[in-house]
Amino acid sequence: MKHETRKASLQVNQNEGLIFEKSSAGKAAWKLPPLDVPEVDTAALLGTSERKDLGNMPEVSEIEIIRHFTRMSTWNYAIDLGMYPLGSCTMKYNPRVNEAAARVEGIANGHPYQPEKISQGALHIIKTLSEQLIEITGMDAITLQPAAGAHGEMTGLLMVRAYHQSKGNARKKILIPDSAHGTNPATAAMVNYAVENLKSDSRGMVDIAALAAQMNEDVAALMLTNPNTLGVFEQDIHKIADILHAKGGLLYMDGANMNALVGKARPGDFGVDVMHLNLHKTFSTPHGGGGPGSGPVAIKKALEPFLPTPVVVTKSDGTLGFDYNRPLSVGRVRAFYGNFGMFVRALAYIQANGPDGLRQTTEDAVLNANYIRKGLEGTYDLPYSTPTMHEVVFSDKLQLKKGVRTMDIAKRLIDYGFHPYTTAFPLIVPGALMIEPTESESVEEMDLFIEAMKSIAEEVEEDPQTVLDAPHSTRVSRLDETTAARKPVLRWKPA
Amino acid sequence: MRYLPKSPADREAMLKAIGLRSVDELFAPIPAEYRLTRDLKIPRQMAESEIVDFFRQRSRENGEGYTSFLGAGAYFHYRPVIIDSLISRGEFLTAYTPYQAEISQGTLQSIFEFQTMICELTGMEVANASMYDGSTAAAEGVMMAVRLTGRRSVVVARSLHPEYREVLATYATHQGMPLSVAGFGGDGRLNLKELERSITPETACVLVQSPNFFGTIEDVAEIAEIAHKHGAMLVVSIAEVVSLGIVEPPREADIIAMEAQSFGVPLGFGGPYCGVIATREKYVRQMPGRLVGQTVDKQGRRGFVLTLATREQHIRREKATSNICTNQALVALMVNIFMTVYGKVGLKELAKQNLAKTAYAASQFAKHGKVLFSGTPRFNEFVVQTSEDPYAINSRLLGHKMVGGLPLKRFYPELGNAALWCCTELTTRSAIDTAVGLVAESERSVRTSSSSKEEDVEEVAR
Repeated sequence: MKHETRKASLQVNQNEGLIFEKSSAGKAAWKLPPLDVPEVDTAALLGTSERKDLGNMPEVSEIEIIRHFTRMSTWNYAIDLGMYPLGSCTMKYNPRVNEAAARVEGIANGHPYQPEKISQGALHIIKTLSEQLIEITGMDAITLQPAAGAHGEMTGLLMVRAYHQSKGNARKKILIPDSAHGTNPATAAMVNYAVENLKSDSRGMVDIAALAAQMNEDVAALMLTNPNTLGVFEQDIHKIADILHAKGGLLYMDGANMNALVGKARPGDFGVDVMHLNLHKTFSTPHGGGGPGSGPVAIKKALEPFLPTPVVVTKSDGTLGFDYNRPLSVGRVRAFYGNFGMFVRALAYIQANGPDGLRQTTEDAVLNANYIRKGLEGTYDLPYSTPTMHEVVFSDKLQLKKGVRTMDIAKRLIDYGFHPYTTAFPLIVPGALMIEPTESESVEEMDLFIEAMKSIAEEVEEDPQTVLDAPHSTRVSRLDETTAARKPVLRWKPA
Repeated sequence: MRYLPKSPADREAMLKAIGLRSVDELFAPIPAEYRLTRDLKIPRQMAESEIVDFFRQRSRENGEGYTSFLGAGAYFHYRPVIIDSLISRGEFLTAYTPYQAEISQGTLQSIFEFQTMICELTGMEVANASMYDGSTAAAEGVMMAVRLTGRRSVVVARSLHPEYREVLATYATHQGMPLSVAGFGGDGRLNLKELERSITPETACVLVQSPNFFGTIEDVAEIAEIAHKHGAMLVVSIAEVVSLGIVEPPREADIIAMEAQSFGVPLGFGGPYCGVIATREKYVRQMPGRLVGQTVDKQGRRGFVLTLATREQHIRREKATSNICTNQALVALMVNIFMTVYGKVGLKELAKQNLAKTAYAASQFAKHGKVLFSGTPRFNEFVVQTSEDPYAINSRLLGHKMVGGLPLKRFYPELGNAALWCCTELTTRSAIDTAVGLVAESERSVRTSSSSKEEDVEEVAR
């Protein structure tokens, strides 16, 4: 390494094959208690449905399993190891009391169909979290049923459709800015709306003139991320809402970046009609290597009749229960009530913060992003000089002169002990470096990050090949993704 | 705030470095009239001990310490201790989707193993890295069949989990996918004659569950033959995956959409769970969700990457196979560890115990109530019909800290006073005997004093 990094050093880690390669007949990691009922003749009970063989399922001991997964875990980067500045993903600290709360017996083992009389604890959690999220967003009602952000988008657009339908015309299309997450257009398609692109202006914001020109009675809603994916607050938000509302359209807010607003501004106050939240972003539930998430959808009063069933209500005797009798509902979007375990974690997070903690959290997230912007401005090209909220987007324009692209810089960052930022998104910035530090980073960690990014920029000038070949310090070097896609090997098979 | 790693002096210094005087300037882009100038109306910061107390209190109000006979798509099985030890490792818990393969090999290799084991257990050739849950996996499986066949209508078995049917209806409504429902016969299985009648040249697929909602094992081979004869695909939903240890998987299916909660995932009042879709290799490009593939690095070393991303929303946007982004990765890891712990022999023995407990319970219940669909093979659930309303029976059981079977009136009014009971390896003989005794008592009281309804019967189950 040309420039020494203070963040990380190389360390030996263990090799580990696939679990199937460790398997041999007769090893076992399980033990069942003796059966307290008569044995059964499975052939007699199941007839031709009886299964004889479980193929290549592994046979291994408990210590081997512990080592297997522990060894593999050490090959992962994680928030627990350091800054994870993936823009748009909000990789903040995942508090451990959240995990403890979710594992308390009656919460972990509650059955979704147990009688309401003995489900008051879970219902109380759902109701409390719902009320607090309504207060945080400034909306009027909420459903916690959607299992993730994209699922929330679908639920939100189904309610948009139902709302318009109730007025006699479901309308035809959804406007989506060119800076939007890919889930937005994919969701619109699933709800059978056509997608119409809306271009951004030179500030990286919605082009108001274009919006006014494109808005008509065919438009069901605009899906807007605010702050948007450039980390820029849509300053004309109320004009945007007014343009939509004047023609009967609705404003849908993708709440992926709600962590820039909590305690500082409420979407319900600036004209938003429907929005989803990502509990796994703003409200600290762990990403877990890709999930589970939770995507509550908050709405204004006019959309309340369309909420998915069931809805938690207070009954006449003061106890809580589920209301299934909602004739205008869009229906169910998931069995049971959603990712309840994530509700528990999000509520524990809100409790630990309180109003002052949530506000400070937002302020720190925005402060951190601006600190990084200041630290790297000049070293990397800043395509939009509009003020930054919780994340900042640079481009690889300066480094491209040496043939180095955002992905190369990202891979080199790994050698410096950091997880890369988000590469090549948003699409409106060619060669984007999208950096979101979150509030969880100390000054020291961010200084190391800035130092690493500057050092890489120097390497690009002096020795671009080192950057192009990165990473150099990982178990595997860059992997052949083309062959992986061309000749997919999606499972292990015995030799 | 204890999660924030900055002192007031740090914040001051940072502001200075940026060239700002106050934090308020950072929020200047938000028009002043929309800036919140008051505290959010939520409770004050709580100490960790207070938070733990709060949830312990909720736990006590939530069926803690009750013995339950509920299944119906959510099953209470033993969870080996090492599942939580391993998934609590920060490297799994606090990592993102493994887009940066070089520093995500742990997650990637474990998903590759997950995909392999799901294939082994289902008899399919490829499996994805997870979907939200069984209900949405079923809906996505159907949409996949619609894309593959170019046909739009769907025949759904009435013996499919009723909430799965509701979810499918929600997904299908606006996509122009007409649904028709085929009923079940006296044997608790899909009525094949009705199925034949329901299939049209426009039928993209038939969706059934096996073991079905009543615990009965469907004749998948026969159903597949009927579907395929008409050029339709067969999508099979599996809600109780422990059955795969002893019940032949639906190998004749084209797509399997399952809920893997039974493999080591806590009941958690309904989620997070773990949906999975498995299918034939030739259909993989129409499969939704993430996939991990094996490849090599520049030095030829084996490694794993997310692959076939051109199906997905971040590449294809409105032309993607699905809008799914976040899935259930950590839950899939629980499932993965569970499958590894029990493995080839343990899964079979585990399934056998479920079978034995259920066979015993059904035989005991049959002495006092009517166990429906008894001639047909079942796994770990069965339907008991009684003279008394199952809500009343359950009210009686609750007094003994027991939760009886799920009353089916809401979903299947045609079955009258019926409830769906479930036994797993964790159901003890003494619990079964107590429950059977209480049901018997209920039945006797109804028969002797069918007119007197002095007991205050609450609606204790939904």
